[in-house]
Amino acid sequence: MDHLQIYLIVGAALFCLGLFGVITRRNAIAVLMGIELILNSANLNFIAFSRFGGMNLSGHVFALFVIVMAAAEAAIALAIIINIYNLFHTVNVDEASQLKQ
Amino acid sequence: MATVTFWLIILLTVFSALIVVGSSQLIYSAVALLFTFVGVASLYIFLWADFIGVVQIVIYVGGILILVIFGIMLTNKITSVRISHTSVQRGAGAAAVVVLFILLVTMILKTPWLEIAAVEPDQTVASIGKMLMIDYLLPFEITSVLLLGALIGAAMLARRGR
Amino acid sequence: MIIASLIILILPLLAFVIQIFFGQRLPRKGDFVSIFAVLITLGVALGMLVSILMLNDSQFMREAAFTWLNLGAFKIELGFLIDNITVVMLVVVALISTMSHIYSIKYMDKDPLYHRYFAYLGLFTFSMNGIVLANNLVSLYIFWELVGLSSYLLIGFWFQKDTAADAGKKAFLANRVGDLGFFIGIMLFFTAVGSFNYSDVFAGVASGSIHGTLLTLAGLGLFCGAIGKSAQVPLHIWLPDAMEGPTPVSALIHAATMVAAGVYMLVRLFPILTPDVLTVIAYIGGFTALFAATIAITQNDIKRVLAYSTLSQLGYMVMAIGTGAYTAGFFHLVTHAMFKASLFYGAGSVIHAMHHALHKLKDHTIDPQDMRNMGGFKTRMPFTYWTMVICTLAISGIPFFSGFLSKDAILAGTLAFANHSPQHLLIPFFGFAAALITPFYMLRLIFMTFHRGSKFPKVYRQIKESPREMTIPMVILSGLTLFLFYTLPQINPFFDTGWWFTNLIVARDTVVTGFEIITAHEIMVSMHHNHLAAMLLSVALAGLGILFSWLMYLRKKLSPQVWAKRSGFLYRLSFNKYYIDEIYERFIYKPLLKLTERVGYIDWDIYDQRFIDGFGRVTDKLARVSGELDWEGLDKMIVNGIGRQFQRAGQSLRQIQTGRLQNYLLFALLGIIIILILQVI
Repeated sequence: MDHLQIYLIVGAALFCLGLFGVITRRNAIAVLMGIELILNSANLNFIAFSRFGGMNLSGHVFALFVIVMAAAEAAIALAIIINIYNLFHTVNVDEASQLKQ
Repeated sequence: MATVTFWLIILLTVFSALIVVGSSQLIYSAVALLFTFVGVASLYIFLWADFIGVVQIVIYVGGILILVIFGIMLTNKITSVRISHTSVQRGAGAAAVVVLFILLVTMILKTPWLEIAAVEPDQTVASIGKMLMIDYLLPFEITSVLLLGALIGAAMLARRGR
Repeated sequence: MIIASLIILILPLLAFVIQIFFGQRLPRKGDFVSIFAVLITLGVALGMLVSILMLNDSQFMREAAFTWLNLGAFKIELGFLIDNITVVMLVVVALISTMSHIYSIKYMDKDPLYHRYFAYLGLFTFSMNGIVLANNLVSLYIFWELVGLSSYLLIGFWFQKDTAADAGKKAFLANRVGDLGFFIGIMLFFTAVGSFNYSDVFAGVASGSIHGTLLTLAGLGLFCGAIGKSAQVPLHIWLPDAMEGPTPVSALIHAATMVAAGVYMLVRLFPILTPDVLTVIAYIGGFTALFAATIAITQNDIKRVLAYSTLSQLGYMVMAIGTGAYTAGFFHLVTHAMFKASLFYGAGSVIHAMHHALHKLKDHTIDPQDMRNMGGFKTRMPFTYWTMVICTLAISGIPFFSGFLSKDAILAGTLAFANHSPQHLLIPFFGFAAALITPFYMLRLIFMTFHRGSKFPKVYRQIKESPREMTIPMVILSGLTLFLFYTLPQINPFFDTGWWFTNLIVARDTVVTGFEIITAHEIMVSMHHNHLAAMLLSVALAGLGILFSWLMYLRKKLSPQVWAKRSGFLYRLSFNKYYIDEIYERFIYKPLLKLTERVGYIDWDIYDQRFIDGFGRVTDKLARVSGELDWEGLDKMIVNGIGRQFQRAGQSLRQIQTGRLQNYLLFALLGIIIILILQVI
């Protein structure tokens, strides 16, 4: 548990799973969850590098900004998804592939 | 003991993440996402990042996850018990992702990482607060503007009838 | 000091921006914005003048700069250089600009483009201040072109008149010729020294990194700029035509400030001019002084007389620089700005009155600017009359007026120059001859305009004194021709030392090496020696000129017509401005046009029609043959075949363009994986 590589591998696993979700899920909300996983993996890398880079707290601040951004992004994304649902009566990204109805 | 807990947490994180992307029930995915977030927060604690860990739980679990569940509820009929969802191009996606993962792991293991020894601090809140207010003041302020914009934008987008 | 000069620079620009965008919508078309801006500028400039007077340090200097372009070894800085010369010049610019603004309120009243006129005045004031404050050759050049632009805009302000539009173009083109030399001069200095900054250039010249003939050439290049801007022979042709612009503009730009920019630049850069360049400068200046004065004798347009008089006085200043008495030249610049601006205001006032009178009579046949149509306005326009008389006395070099001080200094300088190098005896001759003619034609103007009876009594009865906005600037500026404003604390005008002006502005030694140099001190001593002689001679000549003028135009003892007939050829030469425009037309424009025609003939008739067209016919035949081959063989078989193949490929490739985001993402991921594999392996 004192090795940088372990954390990086966990981060890589989260990243790959998140990417998998983004590529394969049809439901827009599930895609959003995948994006959250990717963001989490990035954060994990930030914190891990911060810890093993001599406890440089800049990594923490970056992670904070990422979390703030994720929150903003989730709010906007869900607002858009609800709009799409109102327009198309579906939230499947492959069905809502037209830019307008 | 700590080691065992550590590996259990890693297992929990990765496994729940797997469920997030693999489950055919959207609501299961959401619940599994909760465990992933908690797992990552625990990893933060192991990495001496107490403040970020707490923030992770407060914002992700308390905010974003709730938002996601609201989204699920709003976009599906409550009456349909099974809110199932399907996936596309699973095979190709899985193959590509596995190859990517292998590549990343190879890269991580091959790279000679520079590690600087450090002492575990009592707490990180004070230092992060100082950094936010001194070194990162401008990004901090801009983030607040971003949040405000997101707030207004989300409210405007979700408004019914315009 | 730096902050103050920044304010002086920025405020007129601000006024320009406000006027050009919002002027029309503001009350009174926004003239108060411009006037307020220049008034503040004047206040600040006067404050600076007071502070250098308190300091009383002839070596006073402040510099500030910031880097504008940084390209490694090549760096251009923009900045300010403030010393006593700068401050005095700033006051002159601000003062005349303020006066012109106030004067224009009534003069330009009811003009449809009133707001734009004030905007241009603001632009001009800004760029002129830029020239004054520049500390390097690049910003000097930039602002140099900017004053050229604003001068063009203002000369052609009444662009509905063809003559005005043409005059603007002429001014711009004549300046272009000079500026080409100016640019070459600047670049010569830059390539030799590697910097544009005055101080670096001076140091470079002193250390000999540019010397000998090259330095002379570079100096001549700089002087070319001055020839264009200060309208010296042979590029003087634009200035008389520039009188097509509104009169306050003539006063501000074409009498007091812009045309003095060339002189100012030479004063600034005097230490790097070689003796050879100075000799050229002295001859050109002296010749212009006499030449323009002889033309002014015979002109009948009131503004043209003043324009030629300006040329002549500019020649004086340039000549003074050439003789090494450049502080005298600068002094004359300052005094001349005051009385010449006031004279122009007076002329404008007369024209304004004529205009109104003619407008009332609905008479459009009489030229309101022709002095032969005037006469006897003395009683009708007392303010205009007296201010113009005072300024005429000043320009004539009558004791107790400012012109006397500066003119004597210049004439003493020419005598000193002739003492040092007797072969240049022509220079003082130019100076003194012009000193004889100047009072003659100036009084001719006064007598023809204000004395004697009018040719048109009906017009005369309608003539009225101009409104207060116009007379006040005239009164203030003619008041400033009193010698005391320049000599304090010395109150004896016949004694040439101890003035605040000479205390503050002290000649610098030239930094040129490798030539036979006369030091500034030697020039000073020699000028002092010749001062009395110059003074007596010039006063005597001025008296003589006045006497002739009085006899001819007031007492009518000598008839101008008879004299004109008697001098015959000379009279016609002068009246037609030595046919310079015609000579240029005949020997420069016409041959150029002919040359272009000839070139055009070769190009079109021979080259184009024979060669090109013949070539074309052959090509045409060839093309037909190859066209057959192309269509039947190449096109139908190969080209269309390739097209069909691509169509097929496109059909199959279309399959993967699904329009689904996630498909694309997968492909992007595959791309990344390939790149990663290439990296890892």
